[in-house]
Amino acid sequence: MASQQPVVSLKGVNQIFGNGSQNQTIALKDIELDIQPGEFISLIGPSGCGKSTLLRVVGDLIQPTNGDVRVNGKPAPQARLDRDYGMVFQSPVLFEWRTVQHNVELPLEVLKINKAERERRAREMLELVELSQFLKHHPWQLSGGMQQRVAIARALAFKPPLLLMDEPFGALDEITRERLNDELLKIWARTKTTIIFVTHSISEAVFLSSRIVVMSARPGRITKLINIDLPYPRDIATRESRRFFELATEVREALRAGEASRAGESEKLH
Amino acid sequence: MKTKGFQYYLPTIVVFFAVLAIWEGGVRVFNIQRFLLPAPSVIFTAFIDIFPRLISSALYTFRGAVLGMLIGSIAGILLAFTTVRFALIREGLLPFAIAANSVPIIAFAPIMNNWFGLTNQLSKIMIVAVIVVFPMMINVARGLVLVEPAKLELMRSYAATPLEVLLKVRIPNALPFFFNALKICSTLSLIGAIVSEYFGGPRGTLGVFITQEAALFKFANAWAAIIISAILGMLFYVLILLLERVSIPWHASAQNANEA
Repeated sequence: MASQQPVVSLKGVNQIFGNGSQNQTIALKDIELDIQPGEFISLIGPSGCGKSTLLRVVGDLIQPTNGDVRVNGKPAPQARLDRDYGMVFQSPVLFEWRTVQHNVELPLEVLKINKAERERRAREMLELVELSQFLKHHPWQLSGGMQQRVAIARALAFKPPLLLMDEPFGALDEITRERLNDELLKIWARTKTTIIFVTHSISEAVFLSSRIVVMSARPGRITKLINIDLPYPRDIATRESRRFFELATEVREALRAGEASRAGESEKLH
Repeated sequence: MKTKGFQYYLPTIVVFFAVLAIWEGGVRVFNIQRFLLPAPSVIFTAFIDIFPRLISSALYTFRGAVLGMLIGSIAGILLAFTTVRFALIREGLLPFAIAANSVPIIAFAPIMNNWFGLTNQLSKIMIVAVIVVFPMMINVARGLVLVEPAKLELMRSYAATPLEVLLKVRIPNALPFFFNALKICSTLSLIGAIVSEYFGGPRGTLGVFITQEAALFKFANAWAAIIISAILGMLFYVLILLLERVSIPWHASAQNANEA
């Protein structure tokens, strides 16, 4: 695995907002991370730990203050121009004036793919997320969970090698969320896309990931990397297995340790 | 879209006829003078008697309102696009547009008469155009700018060009704002057209007709003209409403779904 070129390589990445001003915040500090092809990486941490910022840095939606961000060996801006990644946000961000099918076709239109091929791919992707019978529906006619599945289909439509997901199931109820977790793993197994997944749910991170990146706030930094050695394919039995609870506990303790070290630092200040 | 049944409209119909009955009865019982308030039956008779003159005046004035609205809308939309494209123009122009929006443009009517000629309909059309241009510009500019930020991030992740963002995100996003502006302007444009005619113009226009009949104490005729202008105003509004339903059917339905 180490011999392969990493999909994402972050070296000494810092992100400082309001640089030099009174309310300067260090959103990311000295981030070092390599992500290998086919990994399912979760970024987990308390709010304000910079996990969404890190995702946006990888996706070239914001430029880091300094440091090196490479995607497939290229600088992040070039990777964006090459359409190397798909994005899924917390809200589905569907275009209300487009049908489900045309929402999925949106990135393909930007990529200048012809109509017949667009239609074929949209159908294929909507089949993947089991929404084939809703091609002609409009977003408001779907439930929140279904809308998010359309967003996933849209992100996968141009077969990007890297999928960036920013708390995609955060607004959904627990039952829907677990069902979509199952579906996402199936999609991941079929498409072999590398996924970076931001979440603040420990059980979601453990269930989905091959590796978890634990982050801590102020300054946002990586405090621990945890390999999740639960075998794939994972299902309900995985969630109920002993190893699942052990790993969840390990993640929880890593999060606590991150918080505690911060509390220690602020005490020193007083 | 479900069509609402007769029962839904029943209260409205009842109130309408009740008001007419009270009006008619009140005028008769209290023997109110005709020049103060004519009875509905008298207005109705006048309406029928002078209908040919009424309808030709109304169509002339309506044409002015529509042409003015067309010119004002086109100018407003063009201005909106430039403010979105050039931040400098936006910062320089938008405060003026918002200020101009609160100016009673109708006060310029005598000046327009002086510029374009009292009997030239262009003087009225231009008043309407100036009334329409600012609300149109402000609304469309808002629609082009007030886009959900995640939609822009999404387009950025596709490495979309600014033109693609304009065509696929900003313009569709601005359409509901555009139709809102049209609805506001439909009322404004008729007010502008009629009131600018109060300051003088050719015979055979609604504004001149109302002032002249009132001056001659033919108040029933003036009331008949007011009624037809009310009908015109409502027709204009409904026309735009229908246009909206046909052009952006997704908008009303999406809103209903959000409220439900």
